[in-house]
Amino acid sequence: MDRLPVNRKTLSVFTGTAVLLALPTVAGAAGEPYLVSLFSRILIYALAAASLDLMLGFGGMVSLGHAAFFGIGAYTVCILSMHGFEGTPLLAWPFELGGHQSGLVLWPAAVLFSAAAAAVIGALSLRTSGMHFIMITLAFAQMLYYFFVSLEAYGGDDGISLFARNTVPGMDLTNDTQFYYLCLAALTAFLLFSYRLVHSRFGMVIRGCKENERRMKSLGFPTFRYRLVCFIIAGAGAGLAGALIANQTEYVSPGLMHWTRSGEILVMVLLGGMGTLFGPILGAAALLLLEECLSIYTEHWMVYLGPFLVLVVLFARRGIYGMIAGGNGNHD
Amino acid sequence: MLLFIEQLLNGLQLGITLFLMSAGLTLVFGIMQVINLAHGSFYMIGAYVGATVTARTGSFILGVLAALPAAALAGMLVEMLVMRRLYRKDHLDQVLATFGLIMFFNELTRMIWGRQPLFMDVPPWLAGSVEIIPGIPYPGYRIAVIVVGILVGVLLYLLFTRTRIGMQIRAGASNREMAGALGVNIRLLYTLVFGLGTLLAGLAGVMAGPILAVEAGMGESILILTFVVIVIGGIGSIRGALLGALLVGLVDTLGRAFLPVLLRLFLSAAYADGIAASLASMSIYILMAAILVCRPRGLLPAHG
Repeated sequence: MDRLPVNRKTLSVFTGTAVLLALPTVAGAAGEPYLVSLFSRILIYALAAASLDLMLGFGGMVSLGHAAFFGIGAYTVCILSMHGFEGTPLLAWPFELGGHQSGLVLWPAAVLFSAAAAAVIGALSLRTSGMHFIMITLAFAQMLYYFFVSLEAYGGDDGISLFARNTVPGMDLTNDTQFYYLCLAALTAFLLFSYRLVHSRFGMVIRGCKENERRMKSLGFPTFRYRLVCFIIAGAGAGLAGALIANQTEYVSPGLMHWTRSGEILVMVLLGGMGTLFGPILGAAALLLLEECLSIYTEHWMVYLGPFLVLVVLFARRGIYGMIAGGNGNHD
Repeated sequence: MLLFIEQLLNGLQLGITLFLMSAGLTLVFGIMQVINLAHGSFYMIGAYVGATVTARTGSFILGVLAALPAAALAGMLVEMLVMRRLYRKDHLDQVLATFGLIMFFNELTRMIWGRQPLFMDVPPWLAGSVEIIPGIPYPGYRIAVIVVGILVGVLLYLLFTRTRIGMQIRAGASNREMAGALGVNIRLLYTLVFGLGTLLAGLAGVMAGPILAVEAGMGESILILTFVVIVIGGIGSIRGALLGALLVGLVDTLGRAFLPVLLRLFLSAAYADGIAASLASMSIYILMAAILVCRPRGLLPAHG
């Protein structure tokens, strides 16, 4: 980044940033405050999609179980905050663990728990590759889904609601606009982190594994460990998104981690442009807005979305970002 | 003991249904190297068509006879329109396109048949109980399912090992170009194999109809189980699918039936039931993880 070249790519990124920054003001002026919460949701899903893109687009690992980490993050926040609200301990043995209300405690906890789950699932799944990997990540996600469905203490099938949004010093998260900017900040932070990661030595190795794992192995890289770390980082990112969605909807149910959710996140990545930093944001926005718009006209919008998806796969591989920004999307 | 044998038979019946699903899917995986999430949709189509025809005509046999070609034709149509273009693409594209197909089929059934689940009655001539082992009455319908499943297994075995088309399918699986050069019409063959797979899925669907509710999205829950079966058995291997299906069917059924009893020996009743419910619903995934750790390619991998 010696100098900023003025081309379609930088232009579209700046436009996008400006739109996102100005959105709450514009929505307020237009008398459509609903847009703010819709776009908070878009930003949160964009974060989940960006975390998946880190391992999918750059690492070449096609996971169909990413929603599991999303759900774990959300459940961590809800369960801990429920215990904090009731003042009951979550664990009495082997050590006493209480709940909490503060986002500064809960969100790192959510990230930590989903990273831990990703470490276990990743260590098992990464023993395989290709078709096996897809099916195994899917099966593990379903396992966690059924685990939460049968977890009667925390609502089981019905899910649990969050008593109140988490507290953060100096911010009022019950205010939708402030919450929107929090989501935007989280997404920006994750994108900056991804950018540094992808262009670091670590990122080079990960991208090398995608192109030719055997060669990377022969060069002496312990590819399994690199891939596992990438898997864990992606899981942690999804956990953060989950913590935010729990706060946004103030309700969590196993449906958050159903495998169709993983599929939707995957669709967002592909729709926006795989292996790009900004693609997942565009994909998330496109899919969620498309859902919103289609559901105004017909209850059966999925009948149109399904074939649309097939057409995108068959004919528009580069995604929206590729179409807007042009050039080779693989390098940024 | 009586309960145990009954549950064993239930597990066998679930295993057989899973075998019908996974035999078709593993063929598509193994031969065409394509991952097909929409396989459950053909199970659903079979169940819906079967339920509708049975309700209209009053004959379960006619329902089955209508469901099979419906599923097979839908499968071949999808193969020609979509799947055929996916063979040379990577797995990610296949996942996304077939995910789109699931959305389409689920919503389409909701448009045609509504959101209420359909219920199918067990045909009267199978409604009674049979005592296969003296003293243990067992529903005749479930026995019929088991018998049909075993018959299909034998027929598949004969088809693959004893007939010319079976030989061509095996040739196409091991080397597509070579088989094509020797004059086998690979495109047609793939369409037929895909149709055979969806036909089996339709059969599984219509047979599950009287046991489960027929509703949109019913294909997905069995699809995931089918994936577990295939991963356990080894992708592309029919023998593996049979072994995996029986394992999954038995572990799932017996786990649900006996884990609470077993855990109550050590824990208080309320606590035991809660843990047992969680463990039972996770048991097959734990089984899969364990098998994966020992044999990443499945129990009976297809090729070397």
